[in-house]
Amino acid sequence: MTPPPLTVHTGRAVVLARDDVDTDQITPAQFCKRLTKHGYEDALFAGWRGQPGFPLDQPHLRDASVLVAGNNFGTGSSREHAVWALRDWGFVAVIAISFGDIFRRNALKNGLLAISLPEADVAALSKAAETDPDLPVTVDLEECEVRAGELRRRFDVDSHARYLLLNGLDDIALTEQQDEDISRYERGRKPWLPSLRPGCLSGRGAS
Amino acid sequence: MSAPRTIIDKVWDDHVVRSGDASDLLYIDLHLVHEVTSPQAFDGIEHQGRAVRRPDLTLAVEDHNVPTDSLLIRDAMSKAQVQQLRANCERHGIEHLAHGDGRQGVVHVVAPELGLVQPGMTVVCGDSHTSTHGALGALAFGVGTSDVEHVLATQTLSLARPRTMAVEFTGALPPDVSPKDLVMALIAQIGANGAHGHVLEYRGPVIRQISMEGRMSICNMTVEAGARAGLVAPDEITEDYLAGRPAAPTGAQWDDAVAAWRELRTDEGARFDRTVVVDTSELTPFVTWGTNPGQAAPLGDGVVPDPDSFSEPGEQAAARRALAYMGLEPGTRMRDIPIDTVFLGSCTNGRIEDLRAAAAVLDGRKVAPGVRMIVVPGSMQVRAQAEREGLDEVFTAAGAQWRLAGCSMCLGMNNDRLGGPARVASTSNRNYERRQGDHARTHLVSPSTAAATAVAGHLASPRDLIGGDR
Repeated sequence: MTPPPLTVHTGRAVVLARDDVDTDQITPAQFCKRLTKHGYEDALFAGWRGQPGFPLDQPHLRDASVLVAGNNFGTGSSREHAVWALRDWGFVAVIAISFGDIFRRNALKNGLLAISLPEADVAALSKAAETDPDLPVTVDLEECEVRAGELRRRFDVDSHARYLLLNGLDDIALTEQQDEDISRYERGRKPWLPSLRPGCLSGRGAS
Repeated sequence: MSAPRTIIDKVWDDHVVRSGDASDLLYIDLHLVHEVTSPQAFDGIEHQGRAVRRPDLTLAVEDHNVPTDSLLIRDAMSKAQVQQLRANCERHGIEHLAHGDGRQGVVHVVAPELGLVQPGMTVVCGDSHTSTHGALGALAFGVGTSDVEHVLATQTLSLARPRTMAVEFTGALPPDVSPKDLVMALIAQIGANGAHGHVLEYRGPVIRQISMEGRMSICNMTVEAGARAGLVAPDEITEDYLAGRPAAPTGAQWDDAVAAWRELRTDEGARFDRTVVVDTSELTPFVTWGTNPGQAAPLGDGVVPDPDSFSEPGEQAAARRALAYMGLEPGTRMRDIPIDTVFLGSCTNGRIEDLRAAAAVLDGRKVAPGVRMIVVPGSMQVRAQAEREGLDEVFTAAGAQWRLAGCSMCLGMNNDRLGGPARVASTSNRNYERRQGDHARTHLVSPSTAAATAVAGHLASPRDLIGGDR
């Protein structure tokens, strides 16, 4: 499913100042038994919500759409359910010092911007957002820029993912346009590579 | 002559369907599928009227949420997910190993033992521990459900070329140090995000002495260092492992394949973006004290660290939170931490050598009173092999439970999830908060440490037991 085009977004930020937030925390495994791709807002940080001082529990920040996090956000399991939960809660962007590789890729595939900024900028943004919870934070995918109060910072984003997001394009449809190249590659594959055609796994070998 | 290349670049270059400015379209040789991360992907292709491009390069296995104490799936949601996978595979002509099949098990144990993973291949699965397959010299990495859908439809992924990192294990390998300890020592050295953005090649003399099962344990936990993949160049151990397996080539094709595999190594003079050296000579078994796999200490003389001893404020805060969750005091010796639950299994340590290592410790001994131990073979073939060797009798005589194959308590998605408070010594790969149960505290350990811990009732290596490491 292709997310709608994403260009510029402005919203309030909530700060989760923790490192190594793993996807098991973002969406615990019991919520991954569902067959759907939507409706995961109840799963988001299910184990942490309700704990004293958990930032997302602040009622006045329930409509925050930018999450500011620490190092290695989204590490661990490849479950895309973590991205779906953040998206369904209402987040449009996560700004962190660094991300788990798979999480970042999953995020961009679902129109959730995963933006890395240097530690000092994340610290400044965190402080600004905590001081003024109404501070508008803008993430601009056209200019590749984060703006909040005095802060104005450029960010890097995978150029292929950016192109897809800005134009609301279907990644699979684009790849399907390379069908001739894929077929040509397939004709040149090594003959001994394994195949799961019938009989292969019963020990008759790929001959 | 072309410029020297790493094995990582060679495998990458061999799979480029089309080069782009910032990313390449990469062909995927094997797509592994399981019940938890695939239903939405099948829905996606069907919604768009797409077909599975290469069902013959796709294998589905039921592993994540199936019970290991029974072939009856009692949980309604788990059952629905498994039935959905069966229906999807049926509809798209995909080979599928169901709960109850003699070849079923954890997908990362099953695929190599069927000979489906071979040197130089690209392998993906909607599971981060797909890195396991790097042990065979394959470029193998986990993906999310959107990428599962993309691979189902096109057998390709558009990816930016990764940075490369050489990890060299050097020095002597102490006899009580297992492959799991090596990779835990690496992660403790570089941190849970230390290999971020890289694909690793494990090199050096030590890796050459390690069996295929051991290499799989190491590559499996590569992802816990923040890397997406790690691999080991093929050698005779790789060839011996593959020979005769159901999906391995035979006859003249075997000879051609072996000739190609022998070329598959990093060229002299090839440059890695980073190099990390781990001296193994002084290592002892490793165990974790915290809530990510980088928070680990040697079992030998290790203690729970003081959060103030870390240099970075972020690390200090993480250590403080971890100790609060784990209920541990700084300065406590690792070997003094009592354990009530032991889990032996998972895609990290559920292979035959892992079960042999644990059984060697448990033979003639008993699990301590008050300790519950479950042994979950990584696959039904591992289970059958263990039974041929009488290992199941060793485990049950010691008081451990002998189970069917699956992911089980590793991620706590099936009915093995722990209900009440528990402190677990687990041979799995993640010690995250609440992973094994809402009130479970996890210490990651090797199989022999798990077995010794079960006997002692506290974190222990075989050396610590009466009678020692026999």
